[in-house]
Amino acid sequence: MTEPIKITTPLSEEDVMKLHAGNKVLISGVIYTARDAAHKRLIELIYREKELPLELNGQVIYYVGPTPAKPGQVIGSAGPTTSGRMDAYTPKLLSLGLRGMIGKGARNREVIEAMKKYKAVYFAAVGGAAALIARSIKKAEIVAYEDLGAEAIRRLEVVDFPAIVVNDAYGADLFQQGVEKYRRAPRD
Amino acid sequence: MRTISAIEITKKVRELCISAACILEPDVAAALRTARDTEQSPLGKEVLGQIIDNFEIAGKEGVPMCQDTGISVFFIDIGREAVIDGSLADAVNEGVRQGYKDGYLRKSVCHPLTRVNTGDNTPAIIHTSIVDGDRLTIKFAPKGAGSENMSRLKMLKPSEGPIGIKTFVLETIREAGGNPCPPIVVGVGIGGSFEVSAILSKKALLRKVGAPNPDPEVNAMEVELLGLINELGIGPMGFGGTVTALGVHIETHPCHIASLPVAINIQCHAGRHKEVVI
Repeated sequence: MTEPIKITTPLSEEDVMKLHAGNKVLISGVIYTARDAAHKRLIELIYREKELPLELNGQVIYYVGPTPAKPGQVIGSAGPTTSGRMDAYTPKLLSLGLRGMIGKGARNREVIEAMKKYKAVYFAAVGGAAALIARSIKKAEIVAYEDLGAEAIRRLEVVDFPAIVVNDAYGADLFQQGVEKYRRAPRD
Repeated sequence: MRTISAIEITKKVRELCISAACILEPDVAAALRTARDTEQSPLGKEVLGQIIDNFEIAGKEGVPMCQDTGISVFFIDIGREAVIDGSLADAVNEGVRQGYKDGYLRKSVCHPLTRVNTGDNTPAIIHTSIVDGDRLTIKFAPKGAGSENMSRLKMLKPSEGPIGIKTFVLETIREAGGNPCPPIVVGVGIGGSFEVSAILSKKALLRKVGAPNPDPEVNAMEVELLGLINELGIGPMGFGGTVTALGVHIETHPCHIASLPVAINIQCHAGRHKEVVI
């Protein structure tokens, strides 16, 4: 296997254009957590033209709801959740400058088109590898919606967070390519 | 009659919740190691390597292998010669409450409409059956939503038969793709009624990975479906590969002459299930 590409957030358009579906990456810098409930609130703020609790430009959102940290831990176990549940909200966030998302599972057509249009990238982390991934998270603090518990928005500082490019800004899709390559059964 | 203490049930359930989240059962661990050896995609192999490293870290450090520590599902067999000195449901729920708090597990249960979190992962889902003997067997299967959400149920026409069943299973797995965290275990409930097929599909996941159904005809379908699923090319986490499922477990029940209910419940690679006998 090829060596992973090291990238640092926030991501510029130039950073994103260097990434291609299937690339392994190690992400360092600040990323923000948000999942179902936090996305719903962010979108409501956007439609009411209110200020957001985080700056979206160039940022990467990680779809995760960690377990509570044990005493002495930075964060509990913190693997990716299914990204498709955020599809309804994502094109709007991409139009406001969001550059990357980390999750698991496939995105819908609208999100893939929006990634091409606004030059963004979707990474997958290994679902269920929550204890392993937590080791790359060096700092975690809640920046909004503390009442949501595991679903609050957290600012994470990560070093060499392991992920794989699934959808790049050129419209390529690792899920499609990978399954195509290993499929032995006829499609219907 | 033998008396079983409700306090003892709470204690055992608390322990089950914590150990199931942190320590992967040996059968699942072995199946994942075999999968890493047989997977043909280099990326798939690497993903399986991460999954194995992860459950080893979780077991060693006593932390949850997955952040989705699930909704708490129990199958409890109550011996007809046993009496519990209190409410079974209360004892189980108290065990869940304590286990999820003391084990630093995520509380993932909410009101279905308001989405307000209940705060302690209760109420648990409890299925009970009365069996012979004076023991209480508690089978715990915490279930994450990533795989649960990919489950399906369909009332087939009897004329659709085994081909219709296999087509429905393959469609469901293909559409699920990487979402349920493959390699998965596929539970299939065939027959009974609408609700029985669903319960059977979940019960099927309690078997040791790959353990065959004792009925040779049913087992033949398990073997055939496992082969067909692994030809879909989905692979570990959906990145493409030759290991999409570790096992297919089918449970059956006689059904009405006019119906053929089929339910599919998918288990992610973190196949957490633990059992205790009191």
